[in-house]
Amino acid sequence: MQRRLKIGVLYSRVRVEEKWIFSALEKRGVDFDRLDDRAIHFDLENPAPWQEYDAVIERSISYNSGLYALRILNAFGVPTVNTAAVAEACGDKLTTSTLLAKAGLPQPRNVVAFTPESALEALEELGYPAVVKPVVGSWGRLLAKVNDRDAAEAIFEHKATLGSTQHQVFYVQEYIAKPGRDIRAIVIGDRVLTAMYRKSEHWITNTARGGEGELCPITPEIESICLGAAQAMGGGVLAIDLIEHSERGYLINEVNHTMEFHTMQPLSGVDVAGEIVEYAMNLAKVRAS
Amino acid sequence: MSTVTCPECAAEITLEAGTEVGEIIVCSDCGVDLEVTGLEPAAVQLAPMEQEDWGE
Repeated sequence: MQRRLKIGVLYSRVRVEEKWIFSALEKRGVDFDRLDDRAIHFDLENPAPWQEYDAVIERSISYNSGLYALRILNAFGVPTVNTAAVAEACGDKLTTSTLLAKAGLPQPRNVVAFTPESALEALEELGYPAVVKPVVGSWGRLLAKVNDRDAAEAIFEHKATLGSTQHQVFYVQEYIAKPGRDIRAIVIGDRVLTAMYRKSEHWITNTARGGEGELCPITPEIESICLGAAQAMGGGVLAIDLIEHSERGYLINEVNHTMEFHTMQPLSGVDVAGEIVEYAMNLAKVRAS
Repeated sequence: MSTVTCPECAAEITLEAGTEVGEIIVCSDCGVDLEVTGLEPAAVQLAPMEQEDWGE
């Protein structure tokens, strides 16, 4: 008799997305455990309890907790959505940019330096305005639009003095004047599931920062660039953020590996949570067979 | 219907049907984020502050 599959859902907070994922698992009659990342622990000498899971869906809010959990689970041979390699590629925005560049995909120009002085020199070459970004971070936090040299000097000095060692990596991106919106598309496996415009008068259009959503048709161009971006990151369940440039067309801004979809799912009518569960179930079936 | 008391402002908050442990709710009186830590009996505590590596 075929063994019943078991899924784990690693989470920090039960947001609406996690509720939908739990509900999709329950609806399918799947045996699953809720794994609060603040309560679990791993014994590296004893992988057996974790190897009972045929797949784990990672939904941690903390990038570090999620990434290390994925690394351990993958080392234990447990399939995860997404893999540790994909989480690393997406969670570190500079790594994302590097992989996109390697794949020859369109994105804003990026320069990187490791001291305030060399960062200033790089920024001067790139030109103003520009965006100084933390290499790890989400929800639009600590993004700084720099309009002139005075502001650049101040921000680099603040980062060097007040920031953690991670803020000593000076990651500067060309500023793109967006038409008051950007695009978020969800890719699962080799399909672009749905896409939406995120509208905001502010230059940061993240819906976590108050941006509003509107459905975006998936054109062949959007499909192609999103699938390319997903492939460059290593594939899985991903959200691709695109910026529309008036001359250069679509540019990939970032790729998220534990995306929120509380605006997307009701707007599009697409059961994103159900699709994530189906994807995890397929991984689980491959492992169990 | 379960009710809890906001640890910040002592307002009485009613938990909606379908509320889950681990969910974040907002106190309608003082606006603080609260994490649901129990359902039977209902319990909440102040939600952890946002960390630098939090996000999607």
